[in-house]
Amino acid sequence: MKFGKEIVLLSLFAFAALVAAGAGVNEPFRQHMWVLFFALAGFTAILLRNTEFRPAAPIDPSAYMDGPIRYGAIATMFWGVIGMLVGVVIALQLAYPDLNIQPWFNFGRLRPLHTSGVVFAFGGNALLCTSLYVVQRTCRARLFGGDLGWFVFWGYQLFIVMAATGYLLGITESREYAEPEWYVDIWLTIVWVAYLILFLGTILKRKEPHIYVANWFYLSFIVTIAMLHVVNNLSMPASFLGSKSYSAFSGVQDALTQWWYGHNAVGFFLTAGFLGMMYYFVPKQANRPVYSYRLSIVHFWAIIFLYIWAGPHHLHYTALPDWAQTLGMVFSIMLWMPSWGGMINGLMTLSGAWDKLRTDPIIRMMVMAIAFYGMSTFEGPMMSIKTVNSLSHYTDWTIGHVHSGALGWVGMISFGALYYMVPKLWNRERLYSLRLVTWHFWLATLGIVVYASVMWVSGIMQGLMWREYDEQGFLVYSFAETVAAMHPYYIMRAIGGAMYLSGALIMAWNIAMTILGYRREEDPMPGSVPALQLAR
Amino acid sequence: MRLMNRHAVIEKNATLLLLGSLLVVTIGGIVEIAPLFYLDNTIEKVEGMRPYSPLELVGRNIYVREGCYLCHSQMIRPFRDEVERYGHYSLAAESMYDHPFQWGSKRTGPDLARVGDRYSNLWHVEHLTDPRSVVPESIMPSYGFLKDTPIAVKDFSTHLVANRRVGVPYSDDMVANANADLMAQADPNADTSGLEARYPKARIGDFDGDPQQVTEMDALVSYLQMLGTLVDFKNYDETAGYR
Repeated sequence: MKFGKEIVLLSLFAFAALVAAGAGVNEPFRQHMWVLFFALAGFTAILLRNTEFRPAAPIDPSAYMDGPIRYGAIATMFWGVIGMLVGVVIALQLAYPDLNIQPWFNFGRLRPLHTSGVVFAFGGNALLCTSLYVVQRTCRARLFGGDLGWFVFWGYQLFIVMAATGYLLGITESREYAEPEWYVDIWLTIVWVAYLILFLGTILKRKEPHIYVANWFYLSFIVTIAMLHVVNNLSMPASFLGSKSYSAFSGVQDALTQWWYGHNAVGFFLTAGFLGMMYYFVPKQANRPVYSYRLSIVHFWAIIFLYIWAGPHHLHYTALPDWAQTLGMVFSIMLWMPSWGGMINGLMTLSGAWDKLRTDPIIRMMVMAIAFYGMSTFEGPMMSIKTVNSLSHYTDWTIGHVHSGALGWVGMISFGALYYMVPKLWNRERLYSLRLVTWHFWLATLGIVVYASVMWVSGIMQGLMWREYDEQGFLVYSFAETVAAMHPYYIMRAIGGAMYLSGALIMAWNIAMTILGYRREEDPMPGSVPALQLAR
Repeated sequence: MRLMNRHAVIEKNATLLLLGSLLVVTIGGIVEIAPLFYLDNTIEKVEGMRPYSPLELVGRNIYVREGCYLCHSQMIRPFRDEVERYGHYSLAAESMYDHPFQWGSKRTGPDLARVGDRYSNLWHVEHLTDPRSVVPESIMPSYGFLKDTPIAVKDFSTHLVANRRVGVPYSDDMVANANADLMAQADPNADTSGLEARYPKARIGDFDGDPQQVTEMDALVSYLQMLGTLVDFKNYDETAGYR
């Protein structure tokens, strides 16, 4: 029977969720378990409707398993739009506080929804589907473990749903980018270990002697995130039928553990994983080999070694001991070099193919991603210098920095990879429209430029206002005055974000039409066909 | 280059690649985090620090739940402007019972490490209910619903036990009286002598202006009113920490 085991297991878990919904010791936990129950029961119902009693068709073991990847591509787009939309909403809440709707849609509950939505739902799905796409093709092997790929995909979506609904219900550990409570953390651990087995198993059964460089980055990202996630989320639940838990560490130790995690969520989730993406999709789209194999070896080991040390720069001038702060700063500055190693390797891969920038908007998108990667990996080390940090910390400058990395690098490289992958996954000759990709490119790029420059101005202004003294030695501004001064910048920031979001909406349309099999009749991109030929 | 040729071994062996990268990424964390559990200045005890009273802990959990840390830091850096604006710079010991820490990373609103005793209870209630009625420039969301939400915990002692398991020195006495202390701290008519002995300096009385019931507003205000007030800096010897 098709889905037989799955249906039995899922209905058992749904029943367990129902019991927990009744027996939970606090109200948010009970509500959260109702969400879980409806998610599992709904999924069971879908499987029941699709079950069959005929023997399943034999699977061709030499064919790639692309089902979870197709779903992953759609999920990436879906969560991307949701996460960015929430981002625009909370940006507007800062400009117009009346947009807060208590209790569920207050800024404090929506902000983790935005960060987790874009980092883990959008970025995570992008990493999941591209890594499975890349590992099969570079190893020339089908995914390991039968339906394990489906488990990882759906298990990860369940994690996202539970994390997101938990935030709105006020279920949080308050650890930035690791907010979900203990039971959701345990679930993610199970899914993540399955992901590691899936990925590593596929590498182990490869038919290529060498492990391609993209897979090094993906593998180190998966294993490091497993380590960070488990250690940072160690906590003691107040009850096994309640949502509240208390961190295993306190104060200084807790702070550094959290930022060791937090910074390496950036370093491994948002950098190493996406470098893996770059190492496959940029050479493919440009149709050129990777610029330097040696450089990729050196910068791979350097980047994963150095990144781990950089966490303390989030805690400059706090109660963390000075030596740890200084170590964090020094390693952050050193990190600049291997980061630019990746940037150089990515950009130089276009040697001999730079002309494609004129004609291929997908390549343009990837190059812009790498450029933003280089920009933000310069800005980051600079901000980690203690003197600079004393001004920039606690201000909007940090927010601007994060967004030039997240929107510029992570977003753009994912968009490029999706634009490359989708026609191939659905056997379409090309995308629905390349013109729309150009529109997306410009909206996204200008959106980031508006966003980042506005945040530079507001962040630096904020930092300077806080520390401004008059000639008699009094502080010039009250805190409330510095808040009022932010208002125009918060509006402009929301506009930048909305531009980026509208680009993503255009992309969603383009991708959907491509999947449905439509092709927009349009003139070739200027310059892609020789002028003489065009005239004829 | 010979080294590069040797690297080919790793490129052909997934297990080596996995173990190699895992080894490389563990080093930094161990070197930086492990010593914090042993060094004197990160585990020093300062006079005045005590575990949170049950009502304060409930308030702290609300602070965490509502994501206050996303806009308010609780970490005063040792700069002239911060010390003049917010008070004495924060000591490591002041967050020693904080599971989790609430240092924050952004100041959309001001630092709260020493907000305790700065404003009246009434001000806090007004401000949380309608922030712009007391600070016109404020962009804080409203939290009026806290006043209408009675504290509904069946047995709060499990929370003290969980804290004890991760190292907070809650005594058996404190655990046994957790539920009674929780209600008594916000009740102006309760006998609070035991509570005061267990939690010195705890603010006692009605916080939210409604003595009829103990609400989440009571808890949150009681937490805000004690922030940064435990250590008496008149008696704190800064030079004792110099090394």
